Amino acid sequence: MSQQSPTPSLRHGPDPRGFFGDFGGRFVAETLMPLILDLEQEYDAARKDPTFADELASLSADYVGRQSPLYFAERLTEHLGGARIYLKREDLMHTGAHKINNALGQILLARRMGKRRIIAETGAGMHGVATATVAARFGMDCVIYMGSTDIHRQQPNVQRMQLLGAKVIPVTAGDGTLKDAMNEALRDWVTNVDSTFYIIGTVAGPHPYPALVRDFQSVIGREVRQQITAKEGRLPDSLVACIGGGSNAMGLFHPFLDDPEVALVGVEAAGEGLDTPRHAASLKGGRSGVLHGNRTFLLQDDEGQISDAHSISAGLDYPGIGPEHAWLHAIERAEYVAATDREALDAFTLLCRKEGIIPALESSHALAEVIKRAPRLPADHLMVVNLSGRGDKDMATATECLADELGLGEPDQQD
Amino acid sequence: MTTTTTPEGRLARRFAETRRQGRAALVTYIAAGDPDYDTSLATLKGLGEAGADVIELGMPFTDPMADGPAIQHATRRALDAGQTMDRTLEMVRQLRQTDQQTPVVLMGYYNPIYARGVPRFLDQAKAAGVDGLIVVDLPPEHDDELCLPANQAGLNFVRLATPTTDARRLPGVLANTSGFLYYVSSNGVTGGAAPSAERVQQEVARIREHSDIPIAVGFGIRTAAQARQIGAFADGVVVGSALIDAQASGESPAEGTQAVLALTRELAQALIDAR
Repeated sequence: MSQQSPTPSLRHGPDPRGFFGDFGGRFVAETLMPLILDLEQEYDAARKDPTFADELASLSADYVGRQSPLYFAERLTEHLGGARIYLKREDLMHTGAHKINNALGQILLARRMGKRRIIAETGAGMHGVATATVAARFGMDCVIYMGSTDIHRQQPNVQRMQLLGAKVIPVTAGDGTLKDAMNEALRDWVTNVDSTFYIIGTVAGPHPYPALVRDFQSVIGREVRQQITAKEGRLPDSLVACIGGGSNAMGLFHPFLDDPEVALVGVEAAGEGLDTPRHAASLKGGRSGVLHGNRTFLLQDDEGQISDAHSISAGLDYPGIGPEHAWLHAIERAEYVAATDREALDAFTLLCRKEGIIPALESSHALAEVIKRAPRLPADHLMVVNLSGRGDKDMATATECLADELGLGEPDQQD
Repeated sequence: MTTTTTPEGRLARRFAETRRQGRAALVTYIAAGDPDYDTSLATLKGLGEAGADVIELGMPFTDPMADGPAIQHATRRALDAGQTMDRTLEMVRQLRQTDQQTPVVLMGYYNPIYARGVPRFLDQAKAAGVDGLIVVDLPPEHDDELCLPANQAGLNFVRLATPTTDARRLPGVLANTSGFLYYVSSNGVTGGAAPSAERVQQEVARIREHSDIPIAVGFGIRTAAQARQIGAFADGVVVGSALIDAQASGESPAEGTQAVLALTRELAQALIDAR
């Protein structure tokens, strides 16, 4: 990784047109442009309004349960025999993942803008659950678009959303995953532009969404700075997070962008392998393109047609990545690697057995990189991993993939 | 914002002609390669004679975010049948062997153009006989990407104006638009609900206060009766999803083509009768 010379801050992006270097922008239909400009204006006003910050902080504490613990994973550290590993426990927050941080911030904006109808796309269902949760809390109508493949593999989350009063609309186009759900949410938005606020779940989409979602998620990195300093007396040496669109990673990384001594490691989903067409690693296996309102790295063919991504984890199953990550990749401030389905499953099992924590399959990709990296590092290397969500929702997939090797569901014999 | 020279060409001539004739131009949309190359080419070649004044030829894209089910399915069929940008441009070249007059506007999304490289795409489109471009996901904020280079290459860049385009935005939307302005009659995706003719007429009048560019109205116009209503005041009437449905309605691809051309004749007659 290249060392940054004393240069201007990397934390001031995007520029007024919504670009991080070459990436970002506002590539949307004219119908949506006025609304996106209104949103930008409203967000600027909210940022300067202390009552907005106060309300967000108060709900974050008492409703979400922040701050989330920074937990020293003693048995995992011992097992891997290298770096000291800390887990940032976003899995313990209300609704079971970091997604609530953003959903809460955006619904406060929706209320400021006088919108009463909320829509969202969801992959694994965690963003859908978080959105349905805050919509219930603020008494707003809520429609969630979810790919039919994902509805099948994340059934418990579908039921949670419905229980919370949201309407879950299956999307059958394409592979029936996150990309297709986002197309359908955009079609709804363009049709109901006057009444509807679109809560995008990741650091992608047209400006100002990538910046706004990042800002709401940056509470993760801000807490880590303070917590690790209190525990260890210094900043960490490396931060590791999984990446689909990249919101949990951006939230962890952003407060550290101007600390070149802190290595940033993003882990994409390599699916069945980067040498196969079945993966979701947009930075490792894609190139620059324009989709869903922004220019970023995309999985696509020579014709510019978007490829269907694949990952065992529905939350990473997306052919794009947030534009700020594309930029951090281009300027080499962050390093991006990938973990396969198999590696993620092994990491999933290891954390269950060593720490008594069932992680989300998404977060298991970050843990897979920790398993590769930590043993090679000295014992004084401080590594913080974002445990972005919990794995209850993944029991069906885990049972399907691990039942035989772990004997799941079989009555255990007495020794 | 930079001012560019407005390319004069088939679009300007055609709208001047229909204005002289005292009728709205019929703008027809078909998806290139739907349901297969040969059928789509046969439809394309028949449209002018059937009464289409302007042809919008859809460039298929995997993720048509602004389109309703009819055009989603059509562009999917085309991609599944092997449609590529080369073949879309080849269709225009083949049309130009028999039809030098009917303007052709390529319509679609930015990524397939961006993937090809803007200068290369513009050269090839111009050489093939394309007159203009409509690219849904490029608002005026991104004019430097394609609109300004297209104008310099002598291609019209046709912009969409919508019910949400307010007085503040309208000058920016009109600034580098040429050929015609596509007024989207209702918020939503293609193939949606029919617009209220009265409201659309007010909107068209509002835009005319700012510009004398021809205004074609589209989204939700399916029948001769609807076309007649809108054609009474607009410079052009765009029909897309209804033609896509006609293409898909035939028992054979050839019958689908006949259905498209029959509907086109009906719509063209309605526009003659409208005023």
